[in-house]
Amino acid sequence: MQSRAKKLLLEMHTPRQWLALAAVAGIVLVAVPVLNLATTPTSALRVSDHLIPLFGKFLCFALVAVAVDLLWGFAGILSLGYTVFFACGGYTMGMYLMRAIGRDGVYRNELPDFMVFLDWHELPWYWRGFDSLGFAIAMALLVPGIIALVFGYFAFRSRIRGVYFSIITQAFTYASMLLFFRNETGFGGNNGLTDFKRIAGLPLHEQSTKVSLYIASGFALLLGYLLCRYVVCSKLGRVLVALRDQELRVMFAGYSPLKFKLFAWTLSAILCGLAGALYVPQVGIINPNELAPSKGIEMAVWVAVGGRGTLAGAAVGAVAVNGAKSWLTAAHPEYWLYVLGSLFIAVTLFLPRGLVGHLAVVSRRITTWRKQCKLPRISIHNRP
Amino acid sequence: MQTAENIHSQPTVGVHSDRGDHQGVSTMVWLDDVTVSFNGFKALDRLDLRIEPGELRCVIGPNGAGKTTMMDVISGKTRPHSGKVYLSREAIDLAGYREDQIAMLGIGRKFQRPTVFEDLTVLENLELACRGRKGVWHSLFAGMSGEQRDKVTAIVERINLSSQRHDSCRQLSHGQKQWLEIGMLLAQEPNVLLVDEPIAGMTHGEAARTAELLDSLAGAHTVIVVEHDMDFVHSIARKVTVLHQGRVLAEGRMDEVQSDPKVIEVYLGTAPEPSSSASDQRPISRWYQNGDLDSMTA
Repeated sequence: MQSRAKKLLLEMHTPRQWLALAAVAGIVLVAVPVLNLATTPTSALRVSDHLIPLFGKFLCFALVAVAVDLLWGFAGILSLGYTVFFACGGYTMGMYLMRAIGRDGVYRNELPDFMVFLDWHELPWYWRGFDSLGFAIAMALLVPGIIALVFGYFAFRSRIRGVYFSIITQAFTYASMLLFFRNETGFGGNNGLTDFKRIAGLPLHEQSTKVSLYIASGFALLLGYLLCRYVVCSKLGRVLVALRDQELRVMFAGYSPLKFKLFAWTLSAILCGLAGALYVPQVGIINPNELAPSKGIEMAVWVAVGGRGTLAGAAVGAVAVNGAKSWLTAAHPEYWLYVLGSLFIAVTLFLPRGLVGHLAVVSRRITTWRKQCKLPRISIHNRP
Repeated sequence: MQTAENIHSQPTVGVHSDRGDHQGVSTMVWLDDVTVSFNGFKALDRLDLRIEPGELRCVIGPNGAGKTTMMDVISGKTRPHSGKVYLSREAIDLAGYREDQIAMLGIGRKFQRPTVFEDLTVLENLELACRGRKGVWHSLFAGMSGEQRDKVTAIVERINLSSQRHDSCRQLSHGQKQWLEIGMLLAQEPNVLLVDEPIAGMTHGEAARTAELLDSLAGAHTVIVVEHDMDFVHSIARKVTVLHQGRVLAEGRMDEVQSDPKVIEVYLGTAPEPSSSASDQRPISRWYQNGDLDSMTA
């Protein structure tokens, strides 16, 4: 049993890769929180307070990117509809946070403010149960999972693939955005859900709560990454790669492409839901803008920049692109979209494997170059 | 009839068990009055074809005769517009099964162009093809059993790819890919092998070894081969079926078929047939070269 576990770990990563992962996890989960909480505001090592929710947001995006990469990088299916699952997770968490406001809202009413504003007198049935954080978290995983299962079943059964799948997922996002924009849907219309006060009894404006949420996001990313890594290292992962190459052959080898695609698609949707649920308390708002088609494309850009089919690269890409976005939208807001567009084109043209994929190529080249250096040199002067 | 005993024992709980035993002869694959039409063009026209268990059957015919369509229908890729396909002596009606389920019933297929998983290694290709459970949960948790590992090793040696077993299939030559695909079929351990143009892109030596391999598979497996190369057909054929315009034109031993006046008429165009083109005016042994070129674009 022990040897089997050891073999599994070695299949997932080489010892050196495990070490690198542990180092990154140590920095993200231990060093950053300590440097924020245990240093004085004037210290040179201080991670300032406002950076913690920002980093937490990046970690949520990185989890989304890992989920996108599982499907796109391995099974070769590009969905532009992950925003739906992200928003579903976000809205379920938002509903809990709205209920947790209690009577502290502007109208001092038991109901959320926007419902009072709409002159509603009781809670809609689908808001029931959201007084409990546990229920909200369960829904943040279940609702995206069920939507993905149903949508995927019909799409994959009809053998929709390639660009057609990307297009319908995008249409699906757009349709959901329009739905959530309506006040009658009961999710706050175009204002969405905001003005949250506390989570699990802890005030959201406290720095300790922010750090806790940040650490939770870090753990979610780590778990999501390890889960996806396990999947792609199992035989199921090889079936996914085989599906990308030769779906016909997979079918005639006796595998049902529908079931395998559905598994990967649903798993990635659930991870997106989890990311959304962690994102909302850190940014303090969820509204239908999260469902804009451009957001879905941005997610694909993160993965492309980081490197498709690498998982770790997807996470790196998400953090890098969002870091650039945060910095640039503050410094030169008018250029951001041009930079994003050029970045995508440049990566496609010059780094088709993405940052991490290309790094692997470079390191392989260095190894072969070193080996060549060790070979005895033949002097040109001694040529006959 | 020695053939009936050689086949893997089948469960006897099948439906309409009377149908397969037609006039006392057991049938492994039975295409019963099958018609397939594409926009009015009948690729198969009320085709009736029976293959006995353990048989090695070659199917030949001019382009558009319906050879590949016939294989598509058996493997479930194309559904017949009318007629039925039955498998094994229990006469399982294939109409109710998806492609992957048909594969699990024991039909393996090799395509005209080699279809292997290019991003996986030779061993991984064979691992995926291995007979066994193919469910999602099973593949998520199960590793390869020792038995499967031994089988894969044996197959790798048999298809002569031992030294490349950890290489990605992208690096293999066309002929090697053909062999790998045949190896994947072997790993799948099907009862019925559908082999579409196995020697396209192979050297003479490789083709001869393929002929040997197919020959050795017959008996324990039922093998159906579609091939354009008449020399190859000659070297392996025991019974040949000639398809023409979606129907069986002739059936029998190679020399019988070659001397059949109807076959000569179709292939050599001696009868005044307005539709016969110039390429049909060649001797039968040369004719495949024309077909080979066309099949590349098909």
